[in-house]
Amino acid sequence: MDVMDVLTKIPVREQDAKERAANFEEVCLGYNQEEAQNEATRCINCKNAQCIKGCPVAIDIPAFIQKVKEGDMAEAYQIISKASALPAVCGRVCPQETQCEGKCIRGIKGDPISIGKLERFVADWARENGIKPAGAVEKKGKKVAVIGSGPAGLTCAGDLAKMGYEVTIFEALHEPGGVLVYGIPEFRLPKKAVVAEEIENVKALGVKIETNVVVGKSVTIDELIQEEGFEAVFIGSGAGLPKFMGIPGENSNGVFSANEYLTRSNLMKAFDESSNTPIMHSKKVAVVGGGNVAMDAARTALRLGAEVHIVYRRSEEELPARVEEVHHAKEEGIIFDLLTNPTEILADEKGWVTGMKCIRMELGEPDASGRRRPVEIPGSEFTMELDTVIMSLGTSPNPLISSTTEGLETNKWKCIVAEESNGQTTKEGVYAGGDAVTGAATVILAMGAGKAAAKGIDEYLCGK
Amino acid sequence: MYRILKKSELTTNIYLMDVEAKRVAKACQPGQFVIVRMDAEGERIPLTICDYDREKGTVTIVFQCVGAETHRMVSLEEGDAFHDFVGPLGCPSELVKEPEEELKKKRILFVAGGVGAAPVYPQVKWLHEQGVAADVIVGSKTKDLLILEKEMTAVAGNLYITTDDGSYGRSGMVTQTIKDLVAEGKEYDVCIAIGPMIMMKFVCLLTKDLNIPTVVSLNPIMVDGTGMCGACRVTVGGKVKFACVDGPEFDGHEVNFDEAMRRQTLYKTEEGRAMLRLQEGDTHHGGCGNC
Repeated sequence: MDVMDVLTKIPVREQDAKERAANFEEVCLGYNQEEAQNEATRCINCKNAQCIKGCPVAIDIPAFIQKVKEGDMAEAYQIISKASALPAVCGRVCPQETQCEGKCIRGIKGDPISIGKLERFVADWARENGIKPAGAVEKKGKKVAVIGSGPAGLTCAGDLAKMGYEVTIFEALHEPGGVLVYGIPEFRLPKKAVVAEEIENVKALGVKIETNVVVGKSVTIDELIQEEGFEAVFIGSGAGLPKFMGIPGENSNGVFSANEYLTRSNLMKAFDESSNTPIMHSKKVAVVGGGNVAMDAARTALRLGAEVHIVYRRSEEELPARVEEVHHAKEEGIIFDLLTNPTEILADEKGWVTGMKCIRMELGEPDASGRRRPVEIPGSEFTMELDTVIMSLGTSPNPLISSTTEGLETNKWKCIVAEESNGQTTKEGVYAGGDAVTGAATVILAMGAGKAAAKGIDEYLCGK
Repeated sequence: MYRILKKSELTTNIYLMDVEAKRVAKACQPGQFVIVRMDAEGERIPLTICDYDREKGTVTIVFQCVGAETHRMVSLEEGDAFHDFVGPLGCPSELVKEPEEELKKKRILFVAGGVGAAPVYPQVKWLHEQGVAADVIVGSKTKDLLILEKEMTAVAGNLYITTDDGSYGRSGMVTQTIKDLVAEGKEYDVCIAIGPMIMMKFVCLLTKDLNIPTVVSLNPIMVDGTGMCGACRVTVGGKVKFACVDGPEFDGHEVNFDEAMRRQTLYKTEEGRAMLRLQEGDTHHGGCGNC
């Protein structure tokens, strides 16, 4: 490689935008070994590696990249899996641009190292070659319950199992994986090839998963501790109830939460014609919101054959979604109606959606979040003709656990109160992390919290 | 896996099953429901809990064949198992939370329509066990479609059966029986009505006039049943509620039934297509509106 090349990352191959807009196959095809090794050679192996500080689970990034460079993928995998239970997932869905890659020294003058794509390559290689993470050496003989099998729960369970604890995960749905299964679409995160395999890896560490248990309904936390012999509990129950705007017409037929729409398509496989679960095959869809979930819903609706508009009240700069997701969505033909806010959903006499009244916005003074507040432009109302509206406005915490567990405090947003450093809640032996604590955030932040809680639980049980 | 210990056909197209589900059997209360999935490809189907045996660890479900999935479910026999069986979901009936003394003073009327007799039964039975005799009206289209008569007789104070065609018991809709009972001088402090949405709507219109507070149990479209999807949202007293976590029971006089009925038709065409696919199998050649 010459000097100029060193500043530019090896591009990753992707499915053609036109082609992929009509299928649910994975968009990003990932590196092959040659590409991965070439990209790895760009890493200068910093002594005081900033990338590690940018990683919520503190993977020893330069060390694993060094092994990739040398072609020792098995060792690279062991280095990653020491810190992360879900590398094939993280390599695909982490916002690396604001984390590890955002801190990469290479990024000052050129492209940062494509750490995420390298992580993905290593994890996929390990899976294809049947390499599993190393398990516990010694059993501790203590039982820990983990509530929820999403990123926080799987990470916490995996870490505790590696320390020698006997861990059981309780999952409310019929399939483990949480948001990885019901939320993130197939074309971004293949369920069978990637998610199911990573969960198998966690199970291979000795973690048991009991599905169809809604903690708070099927069994309470107190019962788990008093009757089933669990000495500590981790709550990683996820985000919760979808928010709606509260505008007229929102209960019309054809208005869905992004959660419902995505769950039907992802968990229940409604995108597949042979599925027994129905999903609306729309002609023209508005997705209200600008986060990653909104992009996922929009790109799903597009693949089901609809013309899709993202309706967002601020401008492109404020879109909370990852740049890569916005870029992919645009490539595929999603139309962005920015600085636009819905005011009413219109329906016919049978209650089916026919359109959405909107008003144009402009950006005013910065608000509490530091972003410029969108203000309505008087007289700019207009109507979009639609048959479907998908609300992607975030979620509010699910009260199922907090309302049935005495001594478990929640904050004013009804999120569970937990120490950031170790996940400890206000109830002894009970720890929490992920969206249940922070409100809707990312997979990797939930994993970071699961990891911190595993450490916290270990310290608690060792001192007991 | 959740084994089916008993299966019986109560009447045409309505089936009862005792299913092994230890956690649900231990935790459930009258008024709650479960979600089942018959196999790895199955849809999630919410069903009311009809009865439970905490010692045996079984839960009794009753379902009517209405769509493709429930038709498929009929093929399950004793000894087979449900792939998934989760619950109990939703809030227990308000009655369960009331102090015994208050409860004993209450004059309670249950109104069940069709398969609605199934979720009414555990509540009447529970009250019977607390020494409270509730009056029960069971409405059915015809004598042949009536279910759980024997069981209900054993636990109800007075049981009034009415059939739309007059083939058994009284003649006419459940609302007629309510009117008759009130005209006969009966007084009620609360009415619990469970059945088809249209029945609950008309019962509520009547009991509002009669000034009898009325609770209904809603069965809207659902996916997860834990509050996550919002498919089951209903408007109650002008506010949006999720039937799966806030309900399924609501103040019937506050429910927007017209909206709830419209929302139930959301996937009707999709369901119709699935039904055709199932019935016609490989011989399916058009007619579904999709091909």
